[in-house]
Order: sequence, then C-alpha cells, then structure tokens
Amino acid sequence: MPNIPQLLIHGRHDNVGVVVVEGLTAGTDMFCVVTEDNSELRARCNQDVPIGHKVALKDLAVGETVIKYGEDIGRVVAPIAKGDHVHTHNLKTKRW
Amino acid sequence: MNHSNRTIWGYRRENGRVGVRNHVAILPLDDISNAACEAVAAHIQGTIALPHAYGRLQFGEDLELHFRTMIGTGANPNVAACIVIGIEPHWTEKVVAGIAKTGKPVAGFWIEGNGDIATVAAAARKAKEFVHLASEQVRVECPLTDLWVAAKCGESDTTTGLASCPTVGNMYDKLVPQGLYGCFGETSELTGAEHLAAARAATPEIAEKFMKTWTAYQRDVIEAHKTSDLSDSQPTKGNIAGGLTTIEEKALGNLEKIGKKIKYIDVLEPAEQPARGAGLYFMDTSSAAAECCTLQAAAGYVVHVFPTGQGNVIGNPIMPVIKVSGNPRTVRQMSEHIDVDVSGIVRREITIDQAGDRLIDCIVRTANGRFTSAEALGHREFVMTKLYRSA
Repeated sequence: MPNIPQLLIHGRHDNVGVVVVEGLTAGTDMFCVVTEDNSELRARCNQDVPIGHKVALKDLAVGETVIKYGEDIGRVVAPIAKGDHVHTHNLKTKRW
Repeated sequence: MNHSNRTIWGYRRENGRVGVRNHVAILPLDDISNAACEAVAAHIQGTIALPHAYGRLQFGEDLELHFRTMIGTGANPNVAACIVIGIEPHWTEKVVAGIAKTGKPVAGFWIEGNGDIATVAAAARKAKEFVHLASEQVRVECPLTDLWVAAKCGESDTTTGLASCPTVGNMYDKLVPQGLYGCFGETSELTGAEHLAAARAATPEIAEKFMKTWTAYQRDVIEAHKTSDLSDSQPTKGNIAGGLTTIEEKALGNLEKIGKKIKYIDVLEPAEQPARGAGLYFMDTSSAAAECCTLQAAAGYVVHVFPTGQGNVIGNPIMPVIKVSGNPRTVRQMSEHIDVDVSGIVRREITIDQAGDRLIDCIVRTANGRFTSAEALGHREFVMTKLYRSA
C-alpha cells in the first residue's frame, strides 16, 4: 500500500513530523506527506518509533525551537539528529 | 454536502429549546441527599439519579457555581422533568425555582423533619407522575441547527490534532453559520495556543475577555497551586504515551476543534448559559473531561462531540457524548468506545471534509435517539467543579 503515509507533517516549515503507522522500525525510508499542501517527501527514521510519536526532519541543537503546526511547541534540551525520535528526552515546554 | 435543510427528531420543550433525550432526573442538592435520590431512581423506572460530592457549606463564587450547575442541569432540554431532593428546604427551593423558569415539571423534597424513608416515598410518588408525563412526550421534527453541540477532547495524542479535532472543527465550520450553538473550553489546555485562541474572538473586546480569563487561570489556579513544573499532569501520562510532548503541542491540536473560519462570540463563566444567540462560545472550564462536560450540559448543551486519541471513555448522564477518534490503534483496540472512526484521515483515505460530514450524520442519528457508545456502556460521569474549600 504505497499511498499510505508513514509520517504526516502539519506545515511546510515544521521541523518534526508524526508517525501514523504502527510498528515503524529503525532505518525505514518513510513516505511523508505535508498536510498543509499535500506535498510529498521521503525521510529516514533512526530508531523504532511508536505510532503518534515525532521524528525530526533536520538536525536540531540544544536551545533551538521545535516547530509543529508552524508554531513553537518547545525547546530542544538534548541534541537531535535528523531522523531521531523527538519526545520528552530531548524536547521540553517553554511554559511550565 | 449541504446541511442547511437537515432535520432531527427531538423533544420541543416548554421554553422552545430542543432536547434529544427525555430524562426524569432525580437531582440531589447536596452530597447527603444522594442516598434518597438513588432510592427513588431504584424504585421508579425511567428515572435517573445524579449523585455528586458537594453542596454543603459552600460560599461566595463557589456556591454560585454550585447553584448554576444544579439549576442548569435540571433545566437542560434533555431533561423532561426533575425531582430535587435536599437536606433542607431553603436551598432546595432555590434550585426548584430556577428549574421551574423553563416551564418544565419540577418538584422539591427535603429530608430534615421527614427522614429518608418518608422523603423517598413522597418523591417516588411524584417521580412516577413525571415518568408518565415524560413517556407520553413525542419527538417532533426540528432543524438540525436548533441543537446546542458542545466539544471537548480527552486522552489526546498527536492524531487528535491531525484528524479528530479537525473533524469537529469542520462540523462547526459547516453548522455554526447555519445557526448551531457551539462551545469549547479547557482554559489551561490552550496554553501555548492562547495567542491563536485570542485571534479567533469575534471582536477585540471578546479577545480581551478571553485573555483575561486565560491569564486568571494561569495565575489563580496553576501558579497558585503548582508544586512542580506541571509536566507530570499536563500533558497527562496518556498524552505522553500517545506522543504529545509539551502543553504547547497539546494546545495547538486542541484548538483545531474550533475549525478554520468561525469566531467565538462570547466568553462564558463555568456553567453559564450562552445569551448572545447562535454561535460558538468559549467557556472557562477545567480540562478534566467529566468536569468540563458537566459544566457544558449545565449551560444547556444537549449533544457533545468528544475527539480522543488514546481512548477516553467519558460519558455524561443527561447529554449524549459522541466519541471521535483518528488513531488507528485506538479504534482497533477500543472499538466499543468509538462512535465515529476517522482514522482514514491519517491514511489519506478520506478528507477532513468527508470526516466532518460523517460526524454530522452521527450527530443527527444520536439526536434522533441512537445511543452513543458511552450511553450503551453506562458512562454517567457527573462531576461538579469546585473552586475552593468549603467554609
């Protein structure tokens, strides 16, 4: 089923996308769709990533801002490489 | 699809509002009247008791909210008639008088000087009368947009912002301009998207009222009571398991459920009835599902749409709660809880526009009488919001 995306990205300027399939394994060359404009791209994931979790679309240094929906969703607290799983171990809120 | 001429079969109440359920509610004024209410409901078929934890020694704004919630619940158009039982006559009569303004049958009973047994006997006799009245009510054809439809999401994950919340937003974008009343809340869960929420107010004055409400929640609730940075509570453990990392990310997904086009026309106090006509309203509520749904039902909303990612199972005793999920794993593992499966959105099999139409179809069927999953499974969470400790 080649038309089913493995990663969905909300906005063109987002630096993370969301895994939308179960059982995604490290090294997968993911079929990705940007929901804002239906554009397509491919990206590789570096780890096994559960459904619903995020993958970085570029390298991100500590202190950088993670962008999703074209908006600020928090700051990087541990170095992130393109393709890495992004979650509570490397991303933190700026609010509380 | 054009929804402008769609109709539902509902109960036209004395005050002109449309209900979609026909409950005879047995409402306790206070915690110590729960037993009597439950005894009446156990005896008289076709009634429903609404036990809760509060109602004694409350004062000030918290007491006002208690009365507003009690009166609003009894006044909801999904309630055909209501029995109120309290420990003493004064506050009981206050709630009865508030509900009576709708014109529906309502009667109050109190326990002091009578005891539980005599109170239950008298209330049961009246409840039986009300059941006969209610069960002779006939559904009539009403415009779909006569409904008041509230929304709140729960056990959210990243699919909520991709699929189920945009589905609800699409429904509001289609029906609110036709005359539907909508409602969203969850003040703390807009943190990170408060600038976008403020921008969706119909006027600068309403935006200012929203920001004032949001700021007060931050200051008086979050900052005043937090013992840590709140990362253990917001996002919840379920949210984090589902892939949401920060409150900002959660808020941006949450806000998807008010659609792309419509603007909200007022900011309501908890359980406050909307008074500016048809349109979308923001209500100052907690983000806990049962508290929020209870407040929205007390404000007069008769149907609830509830996007969920990881699978919140919430229901409400008087207002049907329709579950919408776009998470393929949740709709497989927890299918008995999901009324509208929109997981086709993340597979790119259906569009958000098509998902919105599916939700509208489910609202129509629910309004016509179809039980929601939460109703079939017996979910009746009725949780009062308490603002501070009693005196």
